[in-house]
Amino acid sequence: MDTVLLLAAVAKILFALVLVLTFSPVLVWADRRQSAMIQDRVGPNRAGIPIGDKNFALAGLLHPLADALKFMWKEDFIPPKADKLLHALAPIISVIPTIAAFAVIPWGDTIWLDHLNEVLPAEPTGRQIAFQVASLNVGILYIFAVGGTGVIGAAIAGYCSDNKYALLGGIRAAGQMVSYEVTLGLSLVSCFMLYNTLLLENMVEWQVLHHWGIWYQWPAFILFYAGSIAETKRIPFDIPEGESELAAGYFTEYSGMKFGMFMMGEYIAMVVSCAIMTAVFFGGYDVSIQLPWDQTDIFRIGRDGIHGLPIASIPYLPDLLARYLPDWVLLGYLPLKHWIVSVLYALSFIVKTTILLWLTLMIRWSLPRFRYDQVMKMCWRYMLPASLGWIFITGMFILL
Amino acid sequence: MAKLIPKPKMTAAEAIYVPEIAKGLGVTIGRFFTNTFSSRGSENNQIDTVDYPEEKRTYPERFRGIHRLTHRADGSPRCVACLCCSTACPAQCIHIEAAEYPAGDPRAGYERYPRVFVIDELRCIFCGFCVEACPCDAIRMDSGMHMPPSTQREHFIFDKAMLMAIPAADGSFETANPRHEPGESSHPGIDRKRGH
Ligand code: SF4
Ligand code: SF4
Repeated sequence: MDTVLLLAAVAKILFALVLVLTFSPVLVWADRRQSAMIQDRVGPNRAGIPIGDKNFALAGLLHPLADALKFMWKEDFIPPKADKLLHALAPIISVIPTIAAFAVIPWGDTIWLDHLNEVLPAEPTGRQIAFQVASLNVGILYIFAVGGTGVIGAAIAGYCSDNKYALLGGIRAAGQMVSYEVTLGLSLVSCFMLYNTLLLENMVEWQVLHHWGIWYQWPAFILFYAGSIAETKRIPFDIPEGESELAAGYFTEYSGMKFGMFMMGEYIAMVVSCAIMTAVFFGGYDVSIQLPWDQTDIFRIGRDGIHGLPIASIPYLPDLLARYLPDWVLLGYLPLKHWIVSVLYALSFIVKTTILLWLTLMIRWSLPRFRYDQVMKMCWRYMLPASLGWIFITGMFILL
Repeated sequence: MAKLIPKPKMTAAEAIYVPEIAKGLGVTIGRFFTNTFSSRGSENNQIDTVDYPEEKRTYPERFRGIHRLTHRADGSPRCVACLCCSTACPAQCIHIEAAEYPAGDPRAGYERYPRVFVIDELRCIFCGFCVEACPCDAIRMDSGMHMPPSTQREHFIFDKAMLMAIPAADGSFETANPRHEPGESSHPGIDRKRGH
């Protein structure tokens, strides 16, 4: 491997890491401000940097930072009879896998190093880098495998805390997460069948060639969305930490940065699941508007630039319009350099993920919490059969 | 007999739950957008929060603020050290030491004055009983100020000088009730010592 590729690998890892680690405090902020807006409140808007006699609060964006500072200075309390090793291990186990899951997320299309500063030719040559940290041949199964270890963190935290609330929370977390893991996996099986691949990047490519997956797989999307909220233990599925019943559930006995890590793990897991949904159902980095009945593009950012409908070909185009519209609009093609396209792709992926995250927060602030038996019933009696049924239906359509 | 209340039947759409979620989301998303994309105070905006330190609401007229000791025309306290207020005080936070006016003062023999008058504003529950109890309208809570915050306990122990330095919300140190000084014709003229 030559140096450039090595550097690129490091850069990719840094990119994913920085992105993830900035996402989580911003999400904390969004969670608070958004809930405030929904509930006719103002939300946190005080923590700021005093410069002169002005306070630069940046709409409360600095509150997570203040939180982190507070976390670090707080007493790290370990219950006297707790298992010290496991107690310290649990937050790590619950946060590391969620970060690791980012390795296979394709942020953008393949980058051709030798063509960076020019419009990508139809058949590019030379060194290429996939815009994802690792392209594993098990693809999305890796995310399930790694994400599945998150449950161990919660279960251990509940078990080792020497606290009945924590234990109950840990048991609930284990039961819930293991159950929903099943639905989560099965709801994507129909997508694997449709895309005929396990690799996230190939799924995105399929969607670039056809339509976005959501048009074909919306039941799978709904099932997966519900399952992923349950996996990340957020309202309405936050029974493992249901404050009204269990104090704080499995992290009752955690304080300071250890609690912070649980919280971070939860938010990062949200980002992961939204990123997966972006890749599987919303065309990943693809930016396009297509006619619903065939694959004619109305608008698309392709590898070599922006494509649109050639307006010039419309008969009886008003003269005035033709005179003032820029040429590329008339021709329906604007060539863009390869690096610009790559940046646009990454941006589009991030924007789509952000929109999904916004929706997830919206759901969190709209729905009441389920009862534990309802959660389990919903998983095994409704969602699991529904996902199996959908696999069956998809299979029939593919065969026909 | 316990009355059996039948479980309300759900329609198919409610049982599937997804449409109901969409409905709920519609409400919250609507609120979110109207509040986020309208400026505070505009017609659509539903946020009524008062940004406290920057933006203050005027207290109502009868708001019970920190105490003040009202003055007589000559600037001395109206208080006659009867201890009614400290007796009425449920928090027992008023400390008064009474003293006689010096001989020769027209008030000597008629009434006493508080040599020491201390209110512990940290213990005070701002019930206003002291004001109710006072027969002379000498203690009032019409300053219109709440207790300013401080990190030092001593700042909350208000002594006589401090209490007399606090004006009413309208800036005056006296009260609207007239005061009948000994020697004036309106004074009832009862004297403890001379007994006429
Ligand atoms: S307001 Fe109530 S508690 Fe405070 S000094 Fe007066 S009587 Fe006591
Ligand atoms: S303030 Fe009023 S009630 Fe209290 S001692 Fe003085 S005269 Fe009596």
